[in-house]
Amino acid sequence: MKSVPAQTPLLEARKLTKTFGALTANDAVDLVVREGEIHALLGENGAGKSTLVKMLYGALQPTSGALFWKGEAIAIANPAAARVLGIGMVFQHFSLFEALTAVENIALALPGDFDLAALSQRITTLSADYGLPLQPSATIADLSVGERQRVEIVRCLLQNPKLLILDEPTSVLTPQEAEQLFITLKRLAAEGCAILYISHRLEEVRRICQRATILRQGRVVAACDPRRETPASLARLMVGGDIHAVRAHRDEAAGPVRLKVNELSLPPDGPFSVALKDISLAVRGGEVFCIAGVAGNGQSELFDALSGERLADYGHAVEIDDQPAGRHGVNWRRRHGAAFVPEERLGHGAVPMFHLSDNVVLTRHAVDATVAANRRVLRPGARAIADRVIAAFDVRKGKPDPEARALSGGNLQKYVVGREMDRNPGVLVVNQPTWGVDAGAAATIRQALVDLATRGAAVLVISQDLDEIFEIADRIAVIARGELSEAHAAREMTPEMIGLYMAGMAEAAEAQAAGEGSHGPHP
Amino acid sequence: MALILERRVERARKWMWLSPLLALALTVVAGAIIFALAGVNPLHGLYTYFISPLMDGWDREKLIAKAAPLVLIGVGLAVAYTANVWNIGAEGQFVAGALLAGLVPVFLPAWQGPSVMAAMLLLGVIGGLAWAMVPALLRARFHANEILTSLMLVYVMRLAYDWAVRGPLRDPQAMNFPKTVRFEGWQVLPAWGEIHLGAAFALVAALVLYVVMVKMLKGFELRALGSSPRAARFAGFSEHRAIYFVFAVSGALAGLAGACDVMGVSRQLQAPYEPNYGFVAIIVAFLGRLNPVGVIFAGLLLALSYMGGETAKVTLGISDNIAKVFQGMLLIFILACDTLILYRIRWQGRA
Repeated sequence: MKSVPAQTPLLEARKLTKTFGALTANDAVDLVVREGEIHALLGENGAGKSTLVKMLYGALQPTSGALFWKGEAIAIANPAAARVLGIGMVFQHFSLFEALTAVENIALALPGDFDLAALSQRITTLSADYGLPLQPSATIADLSVGERQRVEIVRCLLQNPKLLILDEPTSVLTPQEAEQLFITLKRLAAEGCAILYISHRLEEVRRICQRATILRQGRVVAACDPRRETPASLARLMVGGDIHAVRAHRDEAAGPVRLKVNELSLPPDGPFSVALKDISLAVRGGEVFCIAGVAGNGQSELFDALSGERLADYGHAVEIDDQPAGRHGVNWRRRHGAAFVPEERLGHGAVPMFHLSDNVVLTRHAVDATVAANRRVLRPGARAIADRVIAAFDVRKGKPDPEARALSGGNLQKYVVGREMDRNPGVLVVNQPTWGVDAGAAATIRQALVDLATRGAAVLVISQDLDEIFEIADRIAVIARGELSEAHAAREMTPEMIGLYMAGMAEAAEAQAAGEGSHGPHP
Repeated sequence: MALILERRVERARKWMWLSPLLALALTVVAGAIIFALAGVNPLHGLYTYFISPLMDGWDREKLIAKAAPLVLIGVGLAVAYTANVWNIGAEGQFVAGALLAGLVPVFLPAWQGPSVMAAMLLLGVIGGLAWAMVPALLRARFHANEILTSLMLVYVMRLAYDWAVRGPLRDPQAMNFPKTVRFEGWQVLPAWGEIHLGAAFALVAALVLYVVMVKMLKGFELRALGSSPRAARFAGFSEHRAIYFVFAVSGALAGLAGACDVMGVSRQLQAPYEPNYGFVAIIVAFLGRLNPVGVIFAGLLLALSYMGGETAKVTLGISDNIAKVFQGMLLIFILACDTLILYRIRWQGRA
């Protein structure tokens, strides 16, 4: 730890410990946050970041340890008490009523009487002042994810916070929206507000944070100045060892087209669903084709159409190895060499209450005679496959054949991906392959995707994670509001172009693509 | 100190089977209290209710005869509930089966031989199945809640049966009593003492469905759909097909039970006809852990509750509604105890 400075810290945690039964989520955590600094809280999933900030925000009570606010010992009984102190928090999953307007949502969180007109005025002024333009009368349901986040931030700012906690704020933003957020945060810090910034995006932490506290397995492993570290050194601290970089594979994807989508359109199938509009793409054997996009722009709808969970209107809308598949269901597509990994592990990719071996039967019963034959389930065959996947992907578990829900997110994701890899599919479609997965498991999964392509398969990855996309993609397209952009070779794509596509500004992005040769990508 | 429920990482298998035993124990304790409040010596009351019906051979035969329809209906419901399809209307499907089977002796009294028995049983199956298809269709086609529709259709079928037996099916020689002609010869199920052929059907149905649910892909499909519909669709299983399938199975078995009841016990149709087997079988399905073999034991226990009610009425002079009280308590306790499968109870001091 650094030496204690002369200035009294705004917030200090000493030996903060939180246990849940046998699990120690936070183990004697020390944290010092000073006025006016942007302080990063770094760590893998499960490192204890959320537990720590929930204790700071009063949502959880520490098992032991002490909290000091401006040098005085305090106990924060609940989030309301935290807000009174001047601690505001923007959660990763927003807590907004979709049917209400922005101003109504904000009014609900503020103490005192409702005066919507006056409050609207304050919101307009304050949001413009901080570069977070917001229409107070807009209904939440109509707002993009980035705009909803602004509502949350403005709601905090109206209470004049002295400490603002942000949990993975950029994970839902386009690069341009993230830039805007950084400007706002720097301005707030300059005004003396402390910001506790939770992230696992090392680049942005290095750009905007002055100090970083790094958690691993519930303990503080380092407190450092991220500007003096490299992404690799920060990652090493987070993971506790080197993460091997994904081996880049061949340049040229010369294989035949194995997965093709032709002018696929589908109406929305529910009130919160997105319509797919005229989507065309072609993935060749040997290439990793990535679809970038901000969540909720038609990714899951596209996945369902590719997997056959929703059928297209005509067969040629989806072709697998030149055979029309659009009118065939998921098992026909599996029998023709395709495999699918959905975004949601629990409840879509796996039945939570089923054992791992039964979850093999889930996707293999129609394609593998060792798993099911003559209308019977063959459990020894399923167990053998489960064991093979567990060994190949180093799935950590407490007992030989646990229920799927007993596994951690990263381990279950490795298992669900591994289950499909084990079939050696000719076409693999995977949605958000490493969402909420720790860095070690993410690297394993990405390597497996690249290796599968190297063996000649067509790999389609739908992802929100731009770092991941640039790491593994041969070609990139962007999905926005149910429409898919033109695909570009990964080396011609820049984050800025992806951002323009995400914002629905395809023309500007194409112009940048065209001008690529002359002035190169922006840094 | 506070009592808190803590979610378990996995389901506790041992509580799958301890829960019904604990529920039974709680029912006995609560029953003792009720006997005491009614002015009956609790031990004597419990002995009369639970033990005395098992003491002689004739009663044991009657117990099995009572259990037969409960098991036959209960295994069908267990399959439906496993798939998260809530057929609450087995009572109506039961009555539909009885009514359809009863048409044969009324309109073709001269038809004799093994074929008439087969025809009546088949009509029972068709009656129950057809009546179950109504809520199945409403659920699959229009997303209508099958709990409500199947339950309401019970009362529709009871009224239809009542009208039929008081009207077109009534025996003209029955002195205006609401009943049909008595079934004769091959229209009656063979029986061994009190136990008729329905008990054999129940045993076969339970064993067949056990194999289907545990070993066959169909059982896997139904469990997947019941546990996680989205994942089941990802597996390529059709929710609609499963809805029709489980309603068909549970309806057909309830209808068969209805046919067996009128062919083996009353040997005619009579009104009113409200045996409530279809409702009690819901308790049987839960108490049997939705496991067809477990349902056999649960069926015997619930049959005992019917018998105990009758014995208590005769011996202790209290209303035979006591049977419904015991059945209701058992269901409430079993549902409450099932919480322990997914949660553990812990005492926690203040932080």
